[in-house]
Amino acid sequence: MDANPSRRRRDDDAGLGSSPWREALRTLRHDRTAMAGAIILLLLIVAAVAAPLLTPYHPEKPLDIVALKNLPPSLAHPFGTDQHSRDVWSRMIYGARVTLAVAFLSVLVAVTVGTAYGAIAGYVGGLTDALLMRVVDACLAIPRVLLLIAIATLWQAYSVTGMVLILGLTGWFGVSRLVRTLVVSAREDDFVAAARALGARDSRVLVHHILPRVIGPVLVAATFAVGNVIVVEAGLSYLGMGVKVPAPSWGSVFQEGMGVFTSSIWASSFASAALVVTVLAVNLVADGLRRALNARQLPAR
Amino acid sequence: MTQPPLLTVSDLRTYFYTGAGTARAVDGVSFGIASGETLGIVGESGCGKSVTALSILRLIQPPGRIEPGSRILFEGQDLLQLDDAGIRRVRGNRIAMIFQEPMTALNPVFTVGDQIAEVARVHASASRRAAWDRAVEMLTLVGIPAPAERAREYPHQLSGGMRQRVLIAMALVMNPALVIADEPTTALDVTIQAQILELLADLQQRLGTSIAMITHDLGVIAEVASRVVVMYGGEVVEEARVETLFESPHHPYTEGLLHAMPRVGRRQERLAVIPGSVPPPTAWPSGCRFRDRCPYAWERCERDHPPLYQIGAGHTSRCHLAEEPERRANRRDVGFAGGPSEPVGVKGVA
Repeated sequence: MDANPSRRRRDDDAGLGSSPWREALRTLRHDRTAMAGAIILLLLIVAAVAAPLLTPYHPEKPLDIVALKNLPPSLAHPFGTDQHSRDVWSRMIYGARVTLAVAFLSVLVAVTVGTAYGAIAGYVGGLTDALLMRVVDACLAIPRVLLLIAIATLWQAYSVTGMVLILGLTGWFGVSRLVRTLVVSAREDDFVAAARALGARDSRVLVHHILPRVIGPVLVAATFAVGNVIVVEAGLSYLGMGVKVPAPSWGSVFQEGMGVFTSSIWASSFASAALVVTVLAVNLVADGLRRALNARQLPAR
Repeated sequence: MTQPPLLTVSDLRTYFYTGAGTARAVDGVSFGIASGETLGIVGESGCGKSVTALSILRLIQPPGRIEPGSRILFEGQDLLQLDDAGIRRVRGNRIAMIFQEPMTALNPVFTVGDQIAEVARVHASASRRAAWDRAVEMLTLVGIPAPAERAREYPHQLSGGMRQRVLIAMALVMNPALVIADEPTTALDVTIQAQILELLADLQQRLGTSIAMITHDLGVIAEVASRVVVMYGGEVVEEARVETLFESPHHPYTEGLLHAMPRVGRRQERLAVIPGSVPPPTAWPSGCRFRDRCPYAWERCERDHPPLYQIGAGHTSRCHLAEEPERRANRRDVGFAGGPSEPVGVKGVA
């Protein structure tokens, strides 16, 4: 199965890089749709990182408010210009920075908080578990968008950090529920009982034997959440509650384009197309991950 | 049993507080294990064998609880009085456990070498290198060919018998004084079963480890144990040396178990069965817990809960027949008329 097993074993302790994971990775590499999604995402990330190299104009400064506004796409302005005479291509590329950074970082926050919270609830069990999960139930009962609008109203000007925190701290409830369920079922696994019978302390059991069981499903859920957060962030920006203007995000580019939609359709079309393609790409990757990990979670019993 | 026992369990009670009532899974169990001895603990599903094993290592999870008054003396200390760090030093180190399912008792995401090495790292704070070497050494000890290569493999790459050997290796890393083996051969093919039992017996001889062999299979007991504790309904119902138990069982339950064993050379149309099943632990019957299934039961069995009667040297039985042996003549077939398997009772030798 493994041509050269001696190559790696030192880094196996982390649970990553071990055989079931490598097999999942191999499945994923042969998954065409997931790879297509991954390539699109990778291109977007590269574009976002290399934004200054790819954009001939400043994303926020008007070029010539009289002569160069609401222009259709041309060689000089591939996505046209908007009503404030800004290059839409440049705004889109810089907007990718905001959109992707907010999406990935806020999901990272949500997954970290949710995993810690759910793992404690699931592992400790009993009354602690019941109390912690009732808090989550209560939080889940509030519609997220309403909650976000309420916070946005209270906290007027958003920075990227602010968006990351707000989206992250309202996004972990579902993750904690998932993790808690996984931990409760992993706690019943024979090898967890075996580890305890061998004298491992609780922290070791949790980190070495329970969390590796949780990582796969959480990774899948987190990837889907990235797609979801991109949409939520665009929605907030559309409502003027996203990252503070004139900093571009796809949602705000779309919203500004909507103002002149009848005469100049460009800005909002490109912004919405970018959103659709990105969310689709993320979901393709998430689906691929789910297929790869489900098939490999438990090797032949 | 001249030397003081290594492990003394006395009046162990483990109850589970469930919505359906209190399940008295282990209800006043006492026995001892001497150094280097193999004790068989036998009984059918639900009689409390596994809970007894888990209780010894204090691995009972809520809603289960070991009741106050229970005592588990091991190497001069009461395991039930130890703090968390204290009991962790015993687990896997002085007392190790071998689990039933070699398929699920190993973590699928670590190599078997890592899992064996983990024990040495937990207890001996061994370096990675030293722990790994110890793991390979243990794999050699349990008879796995090409141990250095096998150590780098994952559980799903090994056969069931190999995995069971790995579990035995994990149990023996720290040279424990006592190994509790909970149905270690149940999930294996018959030929592999024999190999594993042989391996255990051989290791015991070489290392001088005591073994508590928990099983429902009297064949296994006959092969490895020197003394046997028979459990029923959360209690010890009979205890004897293995020869005594097989030659002259006293308790009707033991008798039933022996008759339910297929034997070569005995002509039988149908295997004998003990009718019915173990009653639920939330509602043990009054008096004798076996009476509903017993071919000898009379009024007294409903009224008085039988104590452990002394039958002979090192032979005890929880049955009123000890005081009224003449009633053995009043045998009748018990069984549920029209049940799925036509009641055959115990047929005896044809």
